[in-house]
Amino acid sequence: MSAQPTAFDAPLIELSGVTKSYGSGSASMQALRGVDLTIHQGEFVAIMGASGSGKSTIMNIIGCLDTPTTGSYRFKGIAVEQLDRNQRAQLRRYELGFVFQGFNLLSRTSALENVELPLIYRGLPNAERRQLALNALATVGLNGWASHTPSELSGGQQQRVAIARAIVTQPAVLLADEPTGNLDSARSVEVMEMITRFNQESGITVVMVTHEPDMAAFASRVVHFHDGLVASDKRQAGVAS
Amino acid sequence: MIWNTILLALREIRRNVLRSFLTVLGIVIGVAAVIIMVTLGGGVTVKVGDQISSLGSNLLIITPGKRMGPGQVSGAGPFKIEDATAIAREIPGLAGVAPMSSRAMTVVFGNQNWSTMVSGITDDYFSVRGWAVQSGREFNASELRSGAAVCIVGATVQTKLFGNQTAVGNRIRLQKIACEVIGVMEAKGQSTMGTDQDDLVLMPLRTFQRRIAGNTDVNMIQVSAQKGVSTEKVQRDIERLLHELRHIPANSENDFNVMDMKEITKMLTNTTKVLTGLLGAVAAVSLLVGGIGIMNIMLVSVTERTREIGIRMAIGAMEREVLLQFLVEAIVLSSFGGLIGIVLALVGSFAIASALSVPFIFNAQIVLIAFLFSAAVGVIFGYFPARKAARLDPIEALRHE
Ligand SMILES: Nc1ncnc2c1ncn2[C@@H]1O[C@H](COP(=O)(O)OP(=O)(O)OP(=O)(O)O)[C@@H](O)[C@H]1O
Ligand SMILES: [Mg+2]
Repeated sequence: MSAQPTAFDAPLIELSGVTKSYGSGSASMQALRGVDLTIHQGEFVAIMGASGSGKSTIMNIIGCLDTPTTGSYRFKGIAVEQLDRNQRAQLRRYELGFVFQGFNLLSRTSALENVELPLIYRGLPNAERRQLALNALATVGLNGWASHTPSELSGGQQQRVAIARAIVTQPAVLLADEPTGNLDSARSVEVMEMITRFNQESGITVVMVTHEPDMAAFASRVVHFHDGLVASDKRQAGVAS
Repeated sequence: MIWNTILLALREIRRNVLRSFLTVLGIVIGVAAVIIMVTLGGGVTVKVGDQISSLGSNLLIITPGKRMGPGQVSGAGPFKIEDATAIAREIPGLAGVAPMSSRAMTVVFGNQNWSTMVSGITDDYFSVRGWAVQSGREFNASELRSGAAVCIVGATVQTKLFGNQTAVGNRIRLQKIACEVIGVMEAKGQSTMGTDQDDLVLMPLRTFQRRIAGNTDVNMIQVSAQKGVSTEKVQRDIERLLHELRHIPANSENDFNVMDMKEITKMLTNTTKVLTGLLGAVAAVSLLVGGIGIMNIMLVSVTERTREIGIRMAIGAMEREVLLQFLVEAIVLSSFGGLIGIVLALVGSFAIASALSVPFIFNAQIVLIAFLFSAAVGVIFGYFPARKAARLDPIEALRHE
């Protein structure tokens, strides 16, 4: 599968004129003020920008966790803002994998059970689910850690469990909000190499928020946000390519 | 999907064993209380019925005097032996008529003495009461006719006066008269009212009248109806006959009383049934309280687990899956509590029943009802917290600390 989009590909993600407002009246503020962004199958996009510039907000919208106040979002041509809660849940279940900034693993739950969770919602049979989850854990280098709970794992290990949970379903898109935010630079590079591998080997489209230019360097495209708007959008040769 | 949801719920319960146990404690206690109350109540009802029917089947007891209240009798002339013979002659469908006269007395053997109830009886007594001698023999016809100084003692009197030695063949003293013990009755144990039925001495009615009472009075006539004969009809017939014999004016009240033991049985077993129902209802309230306990914990756990719910939704859980998970958790918890309660109740009521020497009667119906009720408690009290969880906004839930 090619990591390079061609002009004829239908866009996977198509945001046009997306705004997002919070609050109402004088207390109201606009987190997004008209974002146009198109991402094709197989791209590796890094989103950068100052704190409060709307990066997490756009990630939540792309991840179908939130809906735009105005504007439209098409995922694989589907108008997401017209879907109801359950239909958006289906999109998250079958198309998207999320890696959250704060890991967001279930506490007092083993790494294996955490990774199995999305497969449970997909309704996979027991044995297959277990095997896939163990494979995913092996992919992120956590062989032998399956029965450990998050409190028994280091930050880097927890982040890798979170990544395993996001990719275990082979989603169309991997969304990662500051996946290296809590890690030292050596661990960060490990995680980035892993994400790059998914992008290149499995053709998973990656959208990643990061503050660090070193991490953004892994991406094939860097989008800068400023004050709720796209300030710049540059293609580059990813570090690994 | 249901199976997966149950799996998730079970994992959650296993993760919080102690809290889960405390959550269901209310249900455990409620279910156990209901089952124990109803099981023991059923046992007591059966025991009361058994004890009364051990008095003799189809028994009617005729006493002089108006019934004033429990145990109280207003002064009225006693019966005579002729009344008993008239009843035996005139009333159809009787199996036996047993006139008797009693008095509390002290009986003496050697240097032992014992206060007991001494009764003069006829040979029908044994069949009417459905009671037999265990050792020795009953009175023979000539002893009954002539008023011989012979007696039969109850099991209690046997032990109190003779210990392990047999009473039969010995002479005991009753005031002025010495009387030979010719038999010992079978032990009957306590009556429903708690009196010792074995604490008595029996002698021929004629002996009692001549040597002890010094009159020809009869204090009580016990009558047994033949099998299949309506005791209500016998009761009415006896009332009519005695009304006539005792020359009672047409519109005044009878100065005697005919009690049908069947009615008393019915009355007493009804009373215990009502009591059982009442206790069961009180116990059911504790089940309800247990349900509210579950709701409380589930609500707390929804707040506590808001972030978890957010994660599940972000991963793709739908509203009804979250709802179902919480609901299944509540149902599994409460029915699990119900099961523990059932086991506890069966062991408990078995132990209590044998301690109170009440029969243990397994009541499958109440066990089933209690179980279904506990599951229903899970549904009803689990629904509100589950809906609360399902309605959470995923982003808000993820932000929750
Ligand atoms: N639920 C909310 N209610 C009110 N305001 C919000 C909410 N979510 C985000 N905002 C506001 O929207 C703006 C953009 O927030 P967002 O989380 O997208 O920033 P960000 O670019 O991800 O910042 P950071 O780099 O610090 O994570 C911020 O000013 C924030 O205060
Ligand atoms: Mg952010």
